[in-house]
Amino acid sequence: MEKETLLDWYRQMVLIRRFEERSDELYQLEGKIKGFLHLYIGQEAIAVGTIAARRPQDHLITAYRDHGHALAAGLEAKYVLAELMGKATGVTGGRGGSMHLASRDRHFWGGYGIVGAHLSLGVGLALAEKYRESEFAAICYFGDGATNIGYFHESLNMAGVWQLPILFVCENNKYGMGTAVDKASANPIISDKARAYCIPAKRIDGNNILEVYDETSAALAKIRAGEGPQFLEMMTYRYEGHSIGDRTRYRPEGELHQWRDEKDPIATLQKHLLTQMGISETELMAIQQDVEREMDEAVRFSNESPLPELDTLYNYIYPEA
Amino acid sequence: MARLTLREAITDALREEMQRDDNVFIMGEEVADWGGTYAVTKGFLEEFGPRRVRDTPISEMVIAGAATGAAMAGLRPVAEFMTINFAFVAFDAIINHAAKVSYMFNGQFDCPVVFRAPGGGGKQLGATHSHTPDVIFAHFPGLKVVCPATPYDAKGLLKAAIRDNGPVLFIEAVPLYTSPKVRDEVPEGDYTVPIGVSDVKREGSDVTIITYGEGLHISLDAARQLEREGIEAEVVDLRTLQPLDMSVPLASFKKTFKAVVVEFGHQTYGIGAEIVARLQEEAFDYLDAPIKRVAQNDVPAPYSGLLEKAALPDADKVVAAVKEIL
Repeated sequence: MEKETLLDWYRQMVLIRRFEERSDELYQLEGKIKGFLHLYIGQEAIAVGTIAARRPQDHLITAYRDHGHALAAGLEAKYVLAELMGKATGVTGGRGGSMHLASRDRHFWGGYGIVGAHLSLGVGLALAEKYRESEFAAICYFGDGATNIGYFHESLNMAGVWQLPILFVCENNKYGMGTAVDKASANPIISDKARAYCIPAKRIDGNNILEVYDETSAALAKIRAGEGPQFLEMMTYRYEGHSIGDRTRYRPEGELHQWRDEKDPIATLQKHLLTQMGISETELMAIQQDVEREMDEAVRFSNESPLPELDTLYNYIYPEA
Repeated sequence: MARLTLREAITDALREEMQRDDNVFIMGEEVADWGGTYAVTKGFLEEFGPRRVRDTPISEMVIAGAATGAAMAGLRPVAEFMTINFAFVAFDAIINHAAKVSYMFNGQFDCPVVFRAPGGGGKQLGATHSHTPDVIFAHFPGLKVVCPATPYDAKGLLKAAIRDNGPVLFIEAVPLYTSPKVRDEVPEGDYTVPIGVSDVKREGSDVTIITYGEGLHISLDAARQLEREGIEAEVVDLRTLQPLDMSVPLASFKKTFKAVVVEFGHQTYGIGAEIVARLQEEAFDYLDAPIKRVAQNDVPAPYSGLLEKAALPDADKVVAAVKEIL
């Protein structure tokens, strides 16, 4: 892998983490973000590594923990942050909020707040590509908790029956809200569920971006070769609560520390860069400072942005003719 | 011009739209090999092939969701629910997704999906298969809800629905599908009927009957009975429940000063409740009598024919309601 590519991934992961940390402050300390706020800290390698492997025409669709995917898809931090603050300049004009980021230009079809529902939309995006006989695919992200709802099973079954070009990415962060995966899923090996629908499935390390990228690339190649849907279960860990206000009392003592100290996705890549790629600490520091400037600018931009005009309240209830 | 049944008019609209636009395709349970459980898509598989006429598993959530996703990506799916009763299972996909993506994402995404849903009671299918739940779908902004009562309207409205860039629930009253008295002159070529425009189906000066779907036909029967007694009823067909066009019912009410609302759904919180509220808000000074509602009684549909019939509206109930306020 090229040094420049790895440094770009590093930058994206640091940006996502700092974006989430600043958002947390803007919510809890300044009260400038309201409603739900689901942070992606700990899972950055998955969004960055998978999206690095896609073609720009491949579709992305995800759940409500969507800031990381939005940034990795190329949405600018300042417009994403403005959305979190309900501003007119936000990526969805202040109508969607944290859970409903989207960009048509980036083929990023959104974050969705109803667990599992967007899997069915992802099947539809893939159906459209199959219908047009294109070589493009849909990448559909969801958590382990979503694999227990009917939508998951109906969607995998239909993708299997119709051999649709879709990559299902389960970000298994061990908890659906506060319920551990083995308390909620009769089979805690999520990839087994995909095999039940004859969808090739692998369980991989979601905190190692090199592995995430390689496995995603391989899966997409199979899809483009006409081999039908593919499934990757990416093992990861969410450092923060489900949403703001969740104090994560359901986690066993020491679990978070173990993941953070031994498996952190940014530290893992950093170590690779320092020990294998001849990158210096100074170069990484420069990237971190650059990210900090971008976040400062994003906060300033969002603070200064106007709220939506009241006369836009009724816009887009129906698409314009 | 041919005299078609409602079902034939719907079939014609679907076939013509599929011939016109390769992005239009059909997906649903039993739509292809079987030809549609109500035979609406009979012969379509042979004419258009399996790419465009797609049998699905019995999976209403993903039928509605995948149709929505495909529509967002630029296709024009016509997703069929075998009956509207099964659309309850897909309620989240329809209301929380199809009806929300335009607004929630600030107009970035169109969603040109049509959900076809045969509905209505009176066929002794029991409590779970006999609903007329149109009003609950019409409650939410973002989803257009169209309920044609005549073959002419059905063909033109379905074409308009398929060409609409937003989601449309197209509700077809099964009891009207093959009814000889619903037969109507339908042009063979292309035309559309605009969504969101009500229509006077019979002119009269003594009372306004506001209705739609199956209710239109019992209202017209009632109007003919009343005519024999010298009472001239004007019958207004809403045709679309969401967005609701009140201009036609209001104009009629301002002429007759009296109204009865007729619907096949349950009375409580029904279409009638909305129409009555709008009439008194917007035409209070024209109100000469209480506005009556004729609707399905508030009971689950019983299986036994005699009981089921007793709970459903009919022309006699409409006549009685009119006479109460004249």
